[in-house]
Amino acid sequence: MELDPLLLSRIQFAFVVSFHAIFPVFTIGLASYIAVIYGLAFKTNDPKWERLGAFWTQVFAVVFGMGVVSGIVMSFQFGTNWSNFSLATANFLGPVLSYEVVTAFFLEAAFLGVLLFGRGKVPNGVHFFAALMVSIGTFISSFWILSANSWMQTPGGVEVHDGIYHVVSWADAIFNDSFWYRFAHMALASFLTGGFVVAGVSAWFLIQKRDTELHRKALSMTLWLLLFLTPLQVFIGDLHGLNTLKHQPTKVAAMEGNWETQKGAPLLLFAIPDQEQQMNHFEVGIPKLASYILTHDWDGEIPGVKEKPPELQPNVPIVFWSFRIMVAMGLLMVLVAVIGLFLRRKRAYMNSRWYLQTLRLMTLSPFIAVLAGWFVTEVGRAPYLIYGEMTHAEGVTPSLTGGMALFTLIGYFLVYACVFAAGAYYLTRVIRGGTEGTEQHEDDKHRPKRPLSAAEASFD
Amino acid sequence: MSEPIFDLTYIWAGIIAFGVIMYVLMDGFDLGQGILFMFAPSEHDRDIMMNSVAPVWDGNETWLVLGGAGLLAAFPLVYTIFLPALYIGVFLLLAGLIFRGVAFEFRFKAHTSKYLWNWSFAIGSTVASFAQGAVVGAYIQGFETENMRYVGGALDWLTPFTVLTGLGLVAGYALLGATWLIMKSEGETQAWAYRLVKPLLASVLIIFGIISVWTPFVDPFVAERWFTGFTPIWLLPILGLACAYWIFNAVNKKREGTPFVATMGLFIFTYLGLLASKWPYVVPPSYTLADAASAHESQLFLLLGLLFVIPIVLVYTAWTYWVFRGKVKADQGYH
Repeated sequence: MELDPLLLSRIQFAFVVSFHAIFPVFTIGLASYIAVIYGLAFKTNDPKWERLGAFWTQVFAVVFGMGVVSGIVMSFQFGTNWSNFSLATANFLGPVLSYEVVTAFFLEAAFLGVLLFGRGKVPNGVHFFAALMVSIGTFISSFWILSANSWMQTPGGVEVHDGIYHVVSWADAIFNDSFWYRFAHMALASFLTGGFVVAGVSAWFLIQKRDTELHRKALSMTLWLLLFLTPLQVFIGDLHGLNTLKHQPTKVAAMEGNWETQKGAPLLLFAIPDQEQQMNHFEVGIPKLASYILTHDWDGEIPGVKEKPPELQPNVPIVFWSFRIMVAMGLLMVLVAVIGLFLRRKRAYMNSRWYLQTLRLMTLSPFIAVLAGWFVTEVGRAPYLIYGEMTHAEGVTPSLTGGMALFTLIGYFLVYACVFAAGAYYLTRVIRGGTEGTEQHEDDKHRPKRPLSAAEASFD
Repeated sequence: MSEPIFDLTYIWAGIIAFGVIMYVLMDGFDLGQGILFMFAPSEHDRDIMMNSVAPVWDGNETWLVLGGAGLLAAFPLVYTIFLPALYIGVFLLLAGLIFRGVAFEFRFKAHTSKYLWNWSFAIGSTVASFAQGAVVGAYIQGFETENMRYVGGALDWLTPFTVLTGLGLVAGYALLGATWLIMKSEGETQAWAYRLVKPLLASVLIIFGIISVWTPFVDPFVAERWFTGFTPIWLLPILGLACAYWIFNAVNKKREGTPFVATMGLFIFTYLGLLASKWPYVVPPSYTLADAASAHESQLFLLLGLLFVIPIVLVYTAWTYWVFRGKVKADQGYH
């Protein structure tokens, strides 16, 4: 069998980035939540907020640590597997990605240590400030990463000389045409991820009847937040979709499973897209709805995948189904948040076992939605690395062989499997430890100022 | 595009060169703990070894990531030729660093599974060190390129020469680790570290010596640089040897801090000697610093941020070392 280095590199990148993405998407949301908790602690001087903050800070520490470890590989993959792409785009992506690294260091150097280890040693106000700066820092980091990604989707502010991109306007390149949509969509996704994890864990504590007063408050706050954010995300997602329609019509066509350009296109609820025959099997749809959503006109024209020749089409089944999974998760989140509102009366939500169990299960939903969403946008722009300008095949490392790519794909898979197993196992121990055990420890001066060291639980 | 008023390429070369030696010296001694880890006489010694670097190792590794990202921004050609050429080696390096990083985090929290993390730490550190040494060897060897692309094979980097440079760096890091441990420990642990220094120093000198003699044969450019008349760069190996003697002497006199300082000196002069051999080639044998540089506006854009952040990172680093100065005890902290 001939091993295709291009396909293997794509699989490896997808695997590493998917694995990595679940950590930051959670830590970004959680950092903001922790900042809110320490803000409340600062304002009210109530020790219960300190306790809650300390618990979630431990969780944050473990997840942040895993994110850092899994992220190291990312910064080298651009060179190992996509060297032609890196060489062409280094003038823009080099500084942008470096700024991300620099931001992360600055954050770690200046504020993370205070957040993780400063409790009781610095005034509450300072501690709150550190938490706030960490949460802002996580956003700045994602700002740079999303700018880089958006630029690859909608390149701007550059000129090409001899195959090398040169930046002519940093503002146009950084704030490119799809940037703000992607950033807003992703920022909300992070809040939703943090929100549903906090809700799920709080629900679990309520089921276990541990520290119920505190976790009821946490759950109540979170449900209010989700009530506003889940519909807002649907709205932002819609805007992002319209932006995509403008710049990457073929991606939208694949999301809709729409092969032929047509007026009054149906919204497909189910279909089995067939790339080879360039058509769908077993279509079930709502007439004209896709046209209405995308053009706000029941007879609006929707582009078809077949506008592009087969070699310039993305994999329609993957995009089509990833999109449906993302939307389904999103609507489910809205539903759960709204049910929470109806259960407000007499605090029914905290005694309703089925609702608490649902919230527990919903902990997974934002992660599934985020990964599915990234599959839509990344697979949907295929075969382009830089949309309309450079394909995956042009960007891949020319000296790379299938054997080499397979070796590292399996290698990274094994490494990450070990790290993830250990990390997930340890995280469950930290969560089981609960909020009761987070009273201050007096060891410390010589403990390492490292994220995971902030967690107290024993490994085995 | 207008001609820049001032060429930032050499400022960037200075920043990257500084970053590399910072990384080698700082991550070197904590990788060294990992290399020596399973040879330590007792679990107690291992606790001390790990505690001696636990507060700082992560900060040390940030220099590597900064170097990687900085290379892409300032010298993209280095990034896009080294990484494909060293594909398998980079994987080993990263896998090694990940396993030892995770071991740092979990060993302190483990009881029955401690031995797993011990091995994870030791093997990860040794593999990562060897891979770094092989990278240095591959750099000396040079890369087969065509039209700014690497065109060689997957294992071109793995030759008897690079295996030797790999072993050389493992021995070198072990020496840095041992002298660091002398400074940070007492009693039995310190006595063990003292015993390690002379055999390690001897191995380092022998391996570095063979590499130095071998290098001119690997790369005629280096031969020409060193053997065309008398050049001041001969001072560098002489100063390096002086440092070696200084280590020897300091260990005999049971000095505690001097062996580490002298070992850093040995590394610095070796490093400068390497730079002097290759200057101005960053992707030998074809491309110089100027060939590999990114566009002026890109170098400038990132430099503005770095000028702000590097001093802060340096102050923070210095502060961390200050807080954790002095001798380490096994039972401090981490339980």
